[in-house]
Amino acid sequence: MNSHPAEHPDSAAGSGPAPRIPDPAAAPPPEGTTGAAAAPSDGASTADPDAPLLEQIGAVPATEDVSSHAPILEMRGITKIFPGVRALDDVNLEVKRGEIHAICGENGAGKSTLMKVLSGVYPHGTYEGEILFDGRPVQFSDIRSSEAEGIVIIHQELALSPYLSIAENIFLGNEITKLGLIDWHRTNAEAQKLLARVGLAEPATTAVSQLGVGKQQLVEIAKALSKEVKLLILDEPTAALNDDDSEHLLTLMRHLKGQGITCIMISHKLNEIAEIADSTTIIRDGRTIETLDMRHDAVTENRIIKGMVGRDMDSRFPEHESSIGEEALRIEDWTVHHPLDPTRTVIDAANLTLRKGEIVGLAGLMGAGRTELAMSVFGHAWGRDISGRLFKDGKEIHADSVSAAIQHGLAYATEDRKHYGLNLIQDIRRNITIASLPKVTRRGFLDENKEVRVSEDFRKSMNIKAPGVSSIVGQLSGGNQQKVVLSKWMFSEPDVLILDEPTRGIDVGAKYEIYTIINKLADAGKSVLVISSELPELLGICDRIYTLCEGRITGDVPVAEATQESLMQRMTMETGSKNS
Amino acid sequence: MTSLMQSLKAGPLANLRQSGIYIALAVIIVLFAVLTDGSLLTSQNVTNLVVQNSYVLILAIGMVMIIIAGHIDLSVGSVVALTGAVAGVVAVRMELPWILAILAAILVGALVGAWQGFWVAFVGIPAFIVTLAGMLAFRGLAMIVLGNTQISPFPGPFRSIASGYLNGLLGGYGYDAFTLLLGGLCVAAFAWMQWSARRGRIAYEQTVEPMALFILKLVLVALLIMAFAWKLATYKGLPIVLIILAFLIVIYTVVTSRTPFGRSVYAIGGNLPAARLSGIKVKWVNFWLFVNMGVLSAIAGIVFTARLNLANPKAGQNFELDAIAACFIGGAAVSGGVGRVVGAIIGGLIMGIMNNGMSLMGIGIDYQQAIKGLVLLGAVAFDVWNKRRAGAVEA
Repeated sequence: MNSHPAEHPDSAAGSGPAPRIPDPAAAPPPEGTTGAAAAPSDGASTADPDAPLLEQIGAVPATEDVSSHAPILEMRGITKIFPGVRALDDVNLEVKRGEIHAICGENGAGKSTLMKVLSGVYPHGTYEGEILFDGRPVQFSDIRSSEAEGIVIIHQELALSPYLSIAENIFLGNEITKLGLIDWHRTNAEAQKLLARVGLAEPATTAVSQLGVGKQQLVEIAKALSKEVKLLILDEPTAALNDDDSEHLLTLMRHLKGQGITCIMISHKLNEIAEIADSTTIIRDGRTIETLDMRHDAVTENRIIKGMVGRDMDSRFPEHESSIGEEALRIEDWTVHHPLDPTRTVIDAANLTLRKGEIVGLAGLMGAGRTELAMSVFGHAWGRDISGRLFKDGKEIHADSVSAAIQHGLAYATEDRKHYGLNLIQDIRRNITIASLPKVTRRGFLDENKEVRVSEDFRKSMNIKAPGVSSIVGQLSGGNQQKVVLSKWMFSEPDVLILDEPTRGIDVGAKYEIYTIINKLADAGKSVLVISSELPELLGICDRIYTLCEGRITGDVPVAEATQESLMQRMTMETGSKNS
Repeated sequence: MTSLMQSLKAGPLANLRQSGIYIALAVIIVLFAVLTDGSLLTSQNVTNLVVQNSYVLILAIGMVMIIIAGHIDLSVGSVVALTGAVAGVVAVRMELPWILAILAAILVGALVGAWQGFWVAFVGIPAFIVTLAGMLAFRGLAMIVLGNTQISPFPGPFRSIASGYLNGLLGGYGYDAFTLLLGGLCVAAFAWMQWSARRGRIAYEQTVEPMALFILKLVLVALLIMAFAWKLATYKGLPIVLIILAFLIVIYTVVTSRTPFGRSVYAIGGNLPAARLSGIKVKWVNFWLFVNMGVLSAIAGIVFTARLNLANPKAGQNFELDAIAACFIGGAAVSGGVGRVVGAIIGGLIMGIMNNGMSLMGIGIDYQQAIKGLVLLGAVAFDVWNKRRAGAVEA
């Protein structure tokens, strides 16, 4: 599993010397030591490939090294209780100066809560335990007070004002003024310098709405730098980024480390953690399980997974043998235009067939049109001037509204749960039944008792972790929210399910559960179309994979013949050969 | 008794958002009863409270649904004037039967609603704009229909919609036995509904409140209903408009909480794209919401016209603001997705009792306005504080 044997991050000068495991009771001996011998040379290395760049960007004050043995941050015995839930239970976290410290854990384990405690979102007094920053006890009353100390958190959902410029965003709330008026020359000049530091080649006057997610992320970091950040907290920084942007961000994090900025990174992407983190703290069920020293211990991805789920993960994908039947859904010459720009052809004459009991993957890069294809098929929920033919069980159907599509046995679980999938202010029950209200309606009235029974069944069978079906969906973790979305569409009893990024932003344990659910759906004779950016996932669970490139189907590959490389090649084909 | 206190703490006291509104109503009633030396609770005044506030309460029922779906309707005051004018023209100028006047007014209300619903639902113009335009346009239309005069007097049966009473059907002995009987029937119906709901929840293995608390709740509600019925019975009997109002409250409580349409309204207000992708026919739901609002505005217009015995182009001014305030005091969320019909009714009663109480105390309209404004702000501030306390504003 360890695909990065010799690629551990070059460690910056002055990281702590000794491996530490603060919680000895919970730290079993390292396992899965296939990559053990490849542990790289550590801190002594002076041949740092990034060094020239670091010097050029601006050096670390030498004094940082003196105190480097003391941790920059210690959180001791943090306990945070929500009504009915002990979200954090005596959590300890120690972050060394100048390191990149990853925090791993399943969804709902308490990672985000811990970071909210640290950054003052949950102010002092609402939790137990103490926080030492730079060796001093600190008590933050809000985010501003933690930022004043140099702790900046960048959330998964970016918090930029879209119609303001980059420079305006960077100095928002912190404006550079002269005689009480904003000094635009300095604002833009300073912003430009910060952009250079994060490697973003855009004019500081560009509106943020014109930037992609990856670049917006960099603006957030530039903003943090403007606040003279000492400890930068990144919550799922690469979750929404494509590979290039992710790579750039990781490189940037290394550079920041070289400038003496300590980073805490919450991530589900274990390969990134293995690549970049100096230490990793694993949190499970609101408790600290262990802290792994990524350079001294032989830490494989499986080793981390084991800590997160509390069990060995032999395989990330459940075994499955599909029994494939008749054709269930077929689209022919499916062409879709952009809703705001009818001259843009987003999907170009796509042909696609799904059979009963089959799990089919749809692979494509960002912007290839995967979601657009899926949503246009699902009752024309996206796009305009849609042409082409849609066959269900061999008969042509016309499903030009979502309700018609549902009636024809189609279901589409969106990639964006929060904005398109769930009513976050309502409970589990109402979210599960909303797409199938006729099923819980008797003589024109909703049968709430039946709703409760049905959703309670789903809560149990899908293992949705919540006190009951009247729990508000917005308060569930991502994995559990995803299970609610799946329950909603399973309750509609579709024949064809389109799952758009079903495991995005959810942890390894929950992913495995989702895969198992997908397999069960296929076993029940349903066709499942899985859209995913993670090729290993598609290769792990699908029977057949379509590739999509710039709105064209460029491949139709049985999984036995597919490799990541061959798929990637088809996903980047300029002119599609329509059939393979 | 201690276990009762515990379950009180776990239930109604913990869930201040739901129960806070009842507590607020009780506090306001007691406060003004004391401040007015009991005048607030005389039989005559209790009856007046119902009749005076009925039209705003009727508007609040429709408004809360509009607000739950994430819209707003600023035009209802003008629609009250327009539909009242139509009723006046039909019943008085044309001297047609009063029932036709009612039907004509309701038809016009529905057409107005369909007009506004069309622009909101199918063209996609924000309801704030559409109904702001409607507020101006329908006020003007009301003036045109009336030819800038007033119409009066209305025939007796029409007037009795707002000022008629059911009295003496079972004989009166200084009090109206029929009103008391209806009060008793209401208590019985409430108890039966609560009991069967409880049975249902037990049958489906859901948690229910302890028996002691359940009985306490029933007894309290029964006492309230009977006390209210007694007040009515010792004055003129049962106001006809109260029957209309009660009927509407029951119907719309059921529509919002027990029908697919009502569920769709909450879904749209809670997350519009998610509702759309769940197959909810968002456009049609929005359209019918506005048609419904138009019809309810027409009913309010009929009641108001009947009460004043006058069709007046200036009728219903600021009613939209009272109705909207009632919804927000009653716990509806500005961002949509949250709110209840009963909440809006109680919010409207809180406003009405404050108006009435302050008038009885001789406080001028100037101070009344200012105090009402502060109460609205305070109610929403309390709601926000309460949500934050519950940690419900997680991103």
